[in-house]
Amino acid sequence: MLSLAILFPLAAAAAVLMSAGRGGMARALFLGATAVEVVLTAILWAGYRTPGPDGLAYEERLRWIPNVGSSYHVGVDGLSLPLIGLTAVIFLACAVYDWGARDRPAPRAALFLFLEATSVGLFAAQDLILFFLFFDLSIVGMYFVIAGWGHGDKARSALKFFLYTFLGSLALLLGFIGLYLGGAPHTFDIPELLRTQPLRDNPAGLWVLGAVVVGLAIKTPTVPFHTWLPPAHTDAPATGSAVLAGVLLKMGTYGFVRIAMPLLPDAWRAWVPALVAVGVVSVLYGALVALAQSDLKRMIAYTSVNHMGYIVLALAAAGAGGNPAARETAVTGAVTQMVSHGLITGALFLLAGVLHSRAGTYDMGAFGGLASPAPRFAAFFAVAAFASLGLPGFSGFIAEFQIFAGSIGAVPLTALALPGILITAALFLRALQRVFTGEPRGKSPGLADLRPAEAWSTGGLLVLSVLIGLIPAPLLDTISPASASLVSLLGG
Amino acid sequence: MNPGADALALLPEILMLTGAITALLTGSFVPRERQWISRIIALGALAASATAAAAAVAGTATSAYSGSYAIDAGTGAGRLVVAISALLVIVLGSDELRGTERESETYTLILLACLGATVLSGAADLLVLIAGFLLASIPLYALIGIGRTKNGAEAALKTYLQGAFFGILLMLGAAVLYAAAGTTSYAGLRSGLEHAAGAITGVGLVGVLAGLMFKAGAVPAHFWVPDAAEGAGTAAAAFATTVPKIGGILAAYRLLEQIPGTVAWPLLVALFAAVTMTLGNLAAFAQTNPRRLLGWSTVSQAGYLLMPVAVAGAVPLALPSLLIYLAGYAASNLTAFAIIGAHPDRAELRGYEGLSTARPWHAVALVVALLSLVGTPPTGVFLGKLAVFTAAWDGGFWWLAALAALNTVASLFYYLRWLAPAFRAASPDSPGAGDFSPRAWPTRVAIAGAALTLFVGIGGGILWAGLA
Repeated sequence: MLSLAILFPLAAAAAVLMSAGRGGMARALFLGATAVEVVLTAILWAGYRTPGPDGLAYEERLRWIPNVGSSYHVGVDGLSLPLIGLTAVIFLACAVYDWGARDRPAPRAALFLFLEATSVGLFAAQDLILFFLFFDLSIVGMYFVIAGWGHGDKARSALKFFLYTFLGSLALLLGFIGLYLGGAPHTFDIPELLRTQPLRDNPAGLWVLGAVVVGLAIKTPTVPFHTWLPPAHTDAPATGSAVLAGVLLKMGTYGFVRIAMPLLPDAWRAWVPALVAVGVVSVLYGALVALAQSDLKRMIAYTSVNHMGYIVLALAAAGAGGNPAARETAVTGAVTQMVSHGLITGALFLLAGVLHSRAGTYDMGAFGGLASPAPRFAAFFAVAAFASLGLPGFSGFIAEFQIFAGSIGAVPLTALALPGILITAALFLRALQRVFTGEPRGKSPGLADLRPAEAWSTGGLLVLSVLIGLIPAPLLDTISPASASLVSLLGG
Repeated sequence: MNPGADALALLPEILMLTGAITALLTGSFVPRERQWISRIIALGALAASATAAAAAVAGTATSAYSGSYAIDAGTGAGRLVVAISALLVIVLGSDELRGTERESETYTLILLACLGATVLSGAADLLVLIAGFLLASIPLYALIGIGRTKNGAEAALKTYLQGAFFGILLMLGAAVLYAAAGTTSYAGLRSGLEHAAGAITGVGLVGVLAGLMFKAGAVPAHFWVPDAAEGAGTAAAAFATTVPKIGGILAAYRLLEQIPGTVAWPLLVALFAAVTMTLGNLAAFAQTNPRRLLGWSTVSQAGYLLMPVAVAGAVPLALPSLLIYLAGYAASNLTAFAIIGAHPDRAELRGYEGLSTARPWHAVALVVALLSLVGTPPTGVFLGKLAVFTAAWDGGFWWLAALAALNTVASLFYYLRWLAPAFRAASPDSPGAGDFSPRAWPTRVAIAGAALTLFVGIGGGILWAGLA
């Protein structure tokens, strides 16, 4: 069943390629396949029962490279299931949004379906090499999305994205090899490594964790590894940005909770001060630089650095020791934030794409008073902006509240990051004011309002964010048992 | 073992030799337009040789002719990869070579060079090693220059001069090792060199290794590689950058396994590996000709291939990782050359603009080949890289693994310089204007090679476990 969810998008991608030449067919297949994938994940979620501590649901295992102890091993728990659901939803939104796309729809749809398969595969992977496989393939797929369908200086941005994240993936690979060599018996299997705890009380563990953390931090991205992100986002197509921010960035933070923290707990504890610092700086720096942007898409890109910084902060605090309840709250908040950020930022990037498709620019100075020619667009953007700045009633509030409640409980110093929320609020309000209020000027007059496809896709994401904001219990109940077992593994 | 059994154990080699002679004789009697007969003979001989080799792989490790020729996993993999690579090379060259003046001679030379590479991979005696070196080198010089182009002649001369020089070093080194150990057999070297002075062993070893580095296309004997890749015909270039490497690297592995620890050869080989991969990558950056780019890329690949050689015999993963890397590399490199062979007149990277819309399957094959050379899963070279990185680190060379990872990122940069145009729309001023009329046989080889590359990456692990 789980493998079906991984392989189905791949099969659909092949079908789309076979239908090449007929754009309408490709779009219909894309939409249909992503809808089926949502149904598949819904069935997975409906049948999910919390497995015991360190257990997995829907576990499947096949021989792959037995001589180095690597296999096709997949399974889900409370940390991965929400992200698989997020992936399915984001890709469906992209398929709806791209309904009107005319630019080589067949290869584009195939690429997105390929990316969907790699993302679901990564969140389900229970083997380091399998994880790495999907990690690398997602980079390749996104490179072609940016280079093929982007705009502006797309070749350069795509290359920068590829080189940067590929460097990260190789650091990750070195870390994985270190874990493999440290384990007795040698294996790449994650549950197996979890049992044997390689590199415990071994100073080499610090270095191995260092390699893993650098690899994941580049993908996340945190300061100072974030420089690939703004150009990649600015020049990617709207759906590409939505997938990149909504799903691919989560691969980094998911790697922390799936690999770095449970497999190398003592090294993680030793790294806590550095990680807290990185988290705080990412939160504040991301927010401040976003404040200084006049390009709307770059601004959203930098708020991603800020929002992902909260996750790093929470996970770092969870390793600090002390009150387990607070640390569990922090981890649960971090995973909730992964989902919440995916939904909200996905919607924001899709909305930003609307501006570019109409006016050819993201420059906030080129617009003004947009609320009167495009009221629906203004309303949607305002809702997304309020969701993003963490207003109660949205998923972002649930996530950030837990992150801060848990983190400050464990490491009071993390309160330093609190002004980040204030700055984000300021920058979103300022953007709303500049673009939407006042008399229409610049490129605003006559700008067409949201088309149904655009409204349905972004609206769907925002409705989900509100649902999580109002009824968070089902999501939190899925995540918390996994957070509890992660925190008990970390000890301290 | 009786002589008959020894000869039977060498069946794959004998089939190659018989094929070479038969192809040559047949070729001299049939008219030029029917030279395809000798092509069929050559292909048949290689297929038979590969089959015999595959059948022998399952057997127990043994040796022939008083221990001078080892028949084990290393030889088995060498035989198989060499024969299959040569098979692909000949099919790849079908359109290019059909009806040319020296068609059957080309096949003969390919088969003889294959035999040389195979002998190198199995040699367990310095004298057999020298014979294999000569047998692998002399046909290669002729192959590179056989097209009689200006560049081909220059490349052949360069290769010949370097080959002669490093061949002499090889023989000198062998002589020194013989003087120190009193024997030329590898088994004897191990005990004989235990008590020899480290300096003498070192001098002899460096000489022999220098010769083998020429075959492997590694620093310091790598200068012929990019010239041969550019100047020779496509089939000859594909051959020269693939097959000799297999023999040279396996020979180095087998010899070093026997050298005692009185000389710090692991460090020496690790340094060779580090310099080779870095230099090859740096030189590949500036290339605008796809053949030269691939030429330098194969130099850097030789560096990665030397990583498990540096830990030869010290870690269990060393030999399997080397063999998997060799298989993945051969499939990927030949696929890339097959793409060049399908579009032979495109002398610059920009010439590939528009390939993905005009010939999507070619673009897919190119992606698979180049990303495999980078080391992206789930391709053959990824599995190889994973294994050699692990082997090198396990043997204590963690810095080499880290350097190799950095080099991998650097290599991505120039492979993308070829991939990016292929996925760009053709502009009116792109060379060839985006019109692609590929040759038929190289196209088939490219598709088959891409499939093989993926097969090694996905199925290689299970295959490997089955053999172990």
